[in-house]
Amino acid sequence: MTVNMTKGQAISLEKQGGGSLTQVRMGLGWQAAPRRGLFGSRTREIDLDASAVLFAEKQPVDVVFFRHLVSDDGSVRHTGDNLVGGVGQGGDDEAILVDLQRVPVHIDQIVFTVNSFTGQTFQEVQNAFCRLVDETNGQELARYTLDGGGQYTAQIMAKVHRAGSGWQMTALGSAANGRTFQDLMPAILPHL
Amino acid sequence: MTAELVRGQNHPLPDTRLELRVSAGHPVVAGATLADERGHVPGAEWIVHPGAPVRPGVEVPGQAAAEHRIAVDLAALPETVHRLSLLLALPPGATGPARFGTAAAPFVSVADPAGAAVATYTITGLDRESAVVALELYRRQGAWKVRAVGQGYEGGLADLLADQGAPAAADLAATVLGAVVPPADLPAPSPLVPETSPADSATTTISYTHPSRRETPRAAAPGPAPVAAPGAVPPPSPGPPAEGAESRPAPVAGDAGGWTMDERLYNQVWGMFEDLARSVAAYRSARDFADHRLDRAIDQVLADPGARVGGAGDAARAAARATHEELMGRAQEVLDRDLAQLAAESEVVEPALPVAYARWDNPVWHAYRIPEEPPMAVRLGDLHLPERSGLRIPFLVRLPLERGLWIDSGPGRTSAAGLLDGAELRRLALDSAVAHTARLLAAHPAGALTVHVIDPAGGGAAAFAPLVETGVLAAPPARGAAGVTDVLAQLTERVDLLQMAVRGDAAEDLPPGFDTSRRLLVVHDFPHGFDDRAVTRLRYLADEGPSVGVHLLMVADRADAAAYGPVLDPLWRSLLRLTPVPDDHLADPWVGHAWTYEPPTVPPGSAVLWQVLGQVAEARRRDLS
Repeated sequence: MTVNMTKGQAISLEKQGGGSLTQVRMGLGWQAAPRRGLFGSRTREIDLDASAVLFAEKQPVDVVFFRHLVSDDGSVRHTGDNLVGGVGQGGDDEAILVDLQRVPVHIDQIVFTVNSFTGQTFQEVQNAFCRLVDETNGQELARYTLDGGGQYTAQIMAKVHRAGSGWQMTALGSAANGRTFQDLMPAILPHL
Repeated sequence: MTAELVRGQNHPLPDTRLELRVSAGHPVVAGATLADERGHVPGAEWIVHPGAPVRPGVEVPGQAAAEHRIAVDLAALPETVHRLSLLLALPPGATGPARFGTAAAPFVSVADPAGAAVATYTITGLDRESAVVALELYRRQGAWKVRAVGQGYEGGLADLLADQGAPAAADLAATVLGAVVPPADLPAPSPLVPETSPADSATTTISYTHPSRRETPRAAAPGPAPVAAPGAVPPPSPGPPAEGAESRPAPVAGDAGGWTMDERLYNQVWGMFEDLARSVAAYRSARDFADHRLDRAIDQVLADPGARVGGAGDAARAAARATHEELMGRAQEVLDRDLAQLAAESEVVEPALPVAYARWDNPVWHAYRIPEEPPMAVRLGDLHLPERSGLRIPFLVRLPLERGLWIDSGPGRTSAAGLLDGAELRRLALDSAVAHTARLLAAHPAGALTVHVIDPAGGGAAAFAPLVETGVLAAPPARGAAGVTDVLAQLTERVDLLQMAVRGDAAEDLPPGFDTSRRLLVVHDFPHGFDDRAVTRLRYLADEGPSVGVHLLMVADRADAAAYGPVLDPLWRSLLRLTPVPDDHLADPWVGHAWTYEPPTVPPGSAVLWQVLGQVAEARRRDLS
């Protein structure tokens, strides 16, 4: 059963039958919005990039993005850069796998962000979403649809953070501007 | 889909009615033991053998034969039976082999009612054993699974049954084997061939069992167990402990992707290498963070003038230390968990490695045969990290070698090297060069690798003896400046020719009878006996040789060639530097830890290197004739 999340909502990452999750996938999908008018069938390619930043007490420790696909400890893996986005198949265009059991003990938050590497704003993006999937059985746990139409080039999508002995996901959905995750650092910090 | 099992691997069974097939190429006695949930065989009626061939659910043939078909109906077994082990034993006194090591490896398979093979397993690696547990079928959460066991017993059936906890195992074994031949002329078991090789007897204690199974401590006395000793009740065996929850499945050798077992093991070893690198990275990251946070907390206390006088400062410091301890404790716990898992994996993988990947003390070397085709990689030594120096990762390097090898005989930076004098280091460097050469030769099919040695001053004569005396070299080690020039000219010309042929895509343009096998040039005492032209040729070989199968193995101290100045820097950089003593200069490709490299060593007193080289030389002679 999937939860359609709203901004700021938090859900606990537990299996339905109790027990904590072991492997989750943060999937990201998007489409370029069609342009109106003559040559409307010509859509420009949009390169969105998903990144995950690992924090230990508000200090960034490691980043997983298209140039560093696996965190040093091996717990967070990016499946690879997608330069053009989907054409409406509804699958994930980019995905980041998190092995929650292997996340180092001092890492308490993992923040997921999306940047428009090619510089288009989210006005030109449609059907963008991020979703969290239980990788062990493919079940979607939560889905958060990005509101289209903003004059911004990045989104801080969600964070997965330790809560008690398990993990929680919080939808952040805050707009920001930047080409890669480095530009987003100041915007991320208030959400920690 | 047939699963090709390796030792320790398990596989689900689709049906409870099965046929176990044995194919040994020589007569064997087949039987089955049934065990309760503690893994014990409580009595004689739990053993199905030629003297009592039918039990509910199992039926075995009454005679020794090279081929067996054993019908099993797991559903018909009593509820109390939790494990069925298929055992094979060599019939006593027969004309056949007295130990599995001298016979073809037995092959067993499990077939479904339709006759399709579900799983197969070839029992390799047996030597002096005369009885073996081939497979076991066991209950796991209401379903049955099969596991490849392959545990052999030097003491024969009596030891096997004793290990399974059967009472009066020696008597039972005698009954079983007695049922095969007429009891009147039941002979004493033929004495096992005495082994003289010291290395061999040292390695027979290696256990091939599943790591989650404790091996029963057996009497260390080698030789045949007294099968007919009446009334000898073996000490109770603990039997395999009940396996824990399936949450962490026991590791299995070959548990990785790949088309062949060779490739699967290669991938598995690299997977272990990466996992160890990353687990340690996680630990070090946590440790650095904890240290940093502690420093900061203490700085804060010091910066607060109010806290400096009162007890508040001490309390804050103590609290900071406590949080530090707590985090480090958790990090250590996770590290221990990961390392234990990898150590367990290493324990199953290491004995299952083929010769090219195996340590020199692995018994697999004693069953060495000239391979049909070269393996994917060879092992150049072991790698480990200070967090757990006992956990060794085989350092596997792909074949053909992309870079030359350089055994650094110079004084190293580590304490291990510092304790040795120069002459000792040079000797060790030569020894490891010979061990690497022997392994490369052993990994190639007959005649597929030819070794040339340059030893200008003859200083390596003693160390090169195994190569020279067994006759694996194409020619005696080249001596003097003329010898150096000769060999280098010959090999550079070869590289030129091959490169032209490769670039022009015209292999047929090579001179008739041109042998395209790989070459390995071992250079000792560089730059002694090298003139400028020879140095240039050597550099050319190092750069251009690997792509056309001409490889370089240098044993050198960089300081000896210091007179050449920076001209030779690219040469040294292009070679993979190895050391004759443990040294931490190799970095992994993922995180970049400094790993301690440990060179491969042949166990002292072992003749394995000579034996292997002897076989290589013989195959080479046959290939040439």
